[in-house]
Amino acid sequence: MRTICFYFQVHQPYRLKPYRFFDIGEDHYYWDDFANKSIMRKVAEKCYLPMNQLLLELIQKHNRKFKVSFSLSGVFMDQMEEYAPDVLESFQKLVDTGHAELLNETYAHALAALKSKEEFHDMVLKQQEKIKKLFNGYTPKVFRNTELIYSDTIGEMVAELGYKAILTEGAKHILGWKSPNYVYCNAIEPKLKVLLKNFRLSDDIAFRFGEKAWADWPLTTDKFVNWINQIPQEEEVINLFMDYETFGEHQWAESGIFEFMRHLPEAVFNQSNYTFSTPSEVAANVPPVGKIHVPVPISWADEERDLTAWLGNDLQDEAFDRLYELEPLVKQSKDPQIQKDWKYLQTSDHFYYMCTKFFSDGDIHAYFSPYESPYEAFINFMNVLSDFMLRLKKEQQKLVADEK
Amino acid sequence: MKVLMFGWEFPPHISGGLGTACYGLLKGMAQFNHEIIFVVPKLWGDEDPLADFVSASDVEIDYREKRFKEIWKNLTYLEVSSFLIPYLGPEEFARFTDKALHDSTDVDESIFSNKFSFSGKYGKDLIMEVSRYALVAGQIAKNKDHDIIHAHDWLSFPAGIAAKKISGKPLVVHVHATEFDRSGENVNERVFEIEKSGMEAADKIIAVSYLTKRTIIKKYGIPESKVTVIHNAVLDVSIIKSNAHKKVPEKIVTFLGRITFQKGPEYFIEAANKVLKKDNNVRFVMAGSGDLLNRMIDRVAELRIATKFHFTGFLKGKDVDQMFAISDVYVMPSVSEPFGISPLEAVRHNTPVIISKQSGVAEVLTNAIKIDFWDIDAMADAIFALLHYQGISTMFRSCGTEELKKMKWEHVAEKIFALYDQTLTVTHP
Repeated sequence: MRTICFYFQVHQPYRLKPYRFFDIGEDHYYWDDFANKSIMRKVAEKCYLPMNQLLLELIQKHNRKFKVSFSLSGVFMDQMEEYAPDVLESFQKLVDTGHAELLNETYAHALAALKSKEEFHDMVLKQQEKIKKLFNGYTPKVFRNTELIYSDTIGEMVAELGYKAILTEGAKHILGWKSPNYVYCNAIEPKLKVLLKNFRLSDDIAFRFGEKAWADWPLTTDKFVNWINQIPQEEEVINLFMDYETFGEHQWAESGIFEFMRHLPEAVFNQSNYTFSTPSEVAANVPPVGKIHVPVPISWADEERDLTAWLGNDLQDEAFDRLYELEPLVKQSKDPQIQKDWKYLQTSDHFYYMCTKFFSDGDIHAYFSPYESPYEAFINFMNVLSDFMLRLKKEQQKLVADEK
Repeated sequence: MKVLMFGWEFPPHISGGLGTACYGLLKGMAQFNHEIIFVVPKLWGDEDPLADFVSASDVEIDYREKRFKEIWKNLTYLEVSSFLIPYLGPEEFARFTDKALHDSTDVDESIFSNKFSFSGKYGKDLIMEVSRYALVAGQIAKNKDHDIIHAHDWLSFPAGIAAKKISGKPLVVHVHATEFDRSGENVNERVFEIEKSGMEAADKIIAVSYLTKRTIIKKYGIPESKVTVIHNAVLDVSIIKSNAHKKVPEKIVTFLGRITFQKGPEYFIEAANKVLKKDNNVRFVMAGSGDLLNRMIDRVAELRIATKFHFTGFLKGKDVDQMFAISDVYVMPSVSEPFGISPLEAVRHNTPVIISKQSGVAEVLTNAIKIDFWDIDAMADAIFALLHYQGISTMFRSCGTEELKKMKWEHVAEKIFALYDQTLTVTHP
């Protein structure tokens, strides 16, 4: 069996509003409702609604044969409920077909796996509840950590939580001569299957599709199927993992991306021996060829495929450490708003905005950032965090006083 | 007496202390019965009508005037030989081609536009604006009747010189800051030259402090007798009762100013780090913007004190008042500060201040803690003391208020008018 596995990451952060020093101690609402709502609506119109409709049509047309999978971050689901119930409804329809699989992740699309096992568990559980609530009791079996961040120990934690498989990047530096087109298993807990992104083919669609300077532009379905036919027969799985916003947002409709997707399944069925599978089907049906060793965490970001998009410079490390230092206090807090804010503040995007790798991948960072510079991002985040710390301290003092 | 005064910026469109000082001076001068013509490169229309304002952008130049050609020729030299940026961008290139045109003395007048429009900002075309400003100044000196010329800082020195050349009236240059204050020892040669020629062409020089006077004598080789020290003052000496209240429980220690080499922001951060190690019940604020801002943010992150050390970005108007009002200590660690008016603003808000000995304001303000800018231990000590030992801060508050009353702009204006009289008697006895 040779198969293609589509997985789409669907995520929108809760962006912070411009929060000034003078607001500390007084204004406890941190979120930029206007920006969050307008971005959600814009992407809904350009991507979520038309692409969900297209996928629904494809699933219905190629009954039982075309399938996809999604991971919807918890913060995305919250914003969907708040700003885009129409998008929620269209996702529910897709999941109802039985051919759109949902994966689990951390609720806030956070970096908790790198810092706190307890918080990681909390967030996975919370995400599971959210999915259950919105999707008719649905229980995911496969896990996808934030931005495909993965290491042997992260895999072990995920296995402990009962997941059958996890998705990550087919990073060159961990694969070496090996191919991403096989199923592997976790180095510590072999029961956990590891599915690796074929980054060349994935990025052909996600990044290069509309790039006219690219030698292979324009990418047609014939060309694409021709490429996958050239892959050796024994390599069974092609994992195409990408941001869902690829469709209509990163690649505009004018680029022909929707038409490409509309005709891709047909071309695959007619001109190749590939099928489509969901991640849990791949995990169940394709035996692993061996362990994959990932001692140092990898991700799907930037040229380095490491964590430097989120952590590593002084700004990011300071913000990250100060935030997670608060964990014991937050866990003692009885205030649901404090719990919620702490989760939202953990969203990885806040740290991504503080990235200072200007000269290589800075462009893509700048594209996604609401700030003019990483320094502004840092200042704004720290101002908010300072206020958050005051609230925590106040509540703490009140709890102590009440006990007396 | 009619004074023709050249400035560069004027409130509310200011980016530094020069505009504020000019505003205060004009306000002080308005108390006396003299006529002031105040020229700036660009007027925005919302300036306080304290003088007869002239916008250099609106002046038409009569190129048939022979003496202009002479000025223009000198200025062309000044402009073209002064690239602040080492490569040629499109604008710089245009200037080069311009030069070829200016150089031939019998150019067809029609190729000149008769008006220049100035941005009035400190930008990369600054030197060009400075020299064009001078040309326009010549025209203004021809059109407007006056007895004496007064130019503020190097940006308007060429304008003052040009005006003097046209009208033959005495020139007073007012030095608020020198290139050595702005750039340390890495002075921009062109700016230095402009400052020096302004000081040499002047009949009298006003220095805002003895510190500045020493620089003028030592670095620019100006005879001591030519330089008079007249300290700056405060716009309003009354104590400000602000209803701004602090929203954080901790004490607040503030740095407020441009975040540049001259202001010594890094010493403030190092001192803050020392204080925070002893006392967690305090927050530090660095208010302002400047070329060192990002480096300062990096340092704060590196020291891991960012939840207690905050940046506000550039503040103006009400926000500045609010910042002073909620501060418990104000620190001005300037490496080199010809005067430095902001500590006096802090005093008006009843905020005790720490100032560096390398500032002109230290010459007039007694009730402040004075430290060397580089002595971060002393700075940390002083901050800690003002936060914890109520005695000193209470004393500073009551005595500082008394001191302020002696620092009015009308006193400054009075001294300047006396200087004008003296200059006029010497030059036109």
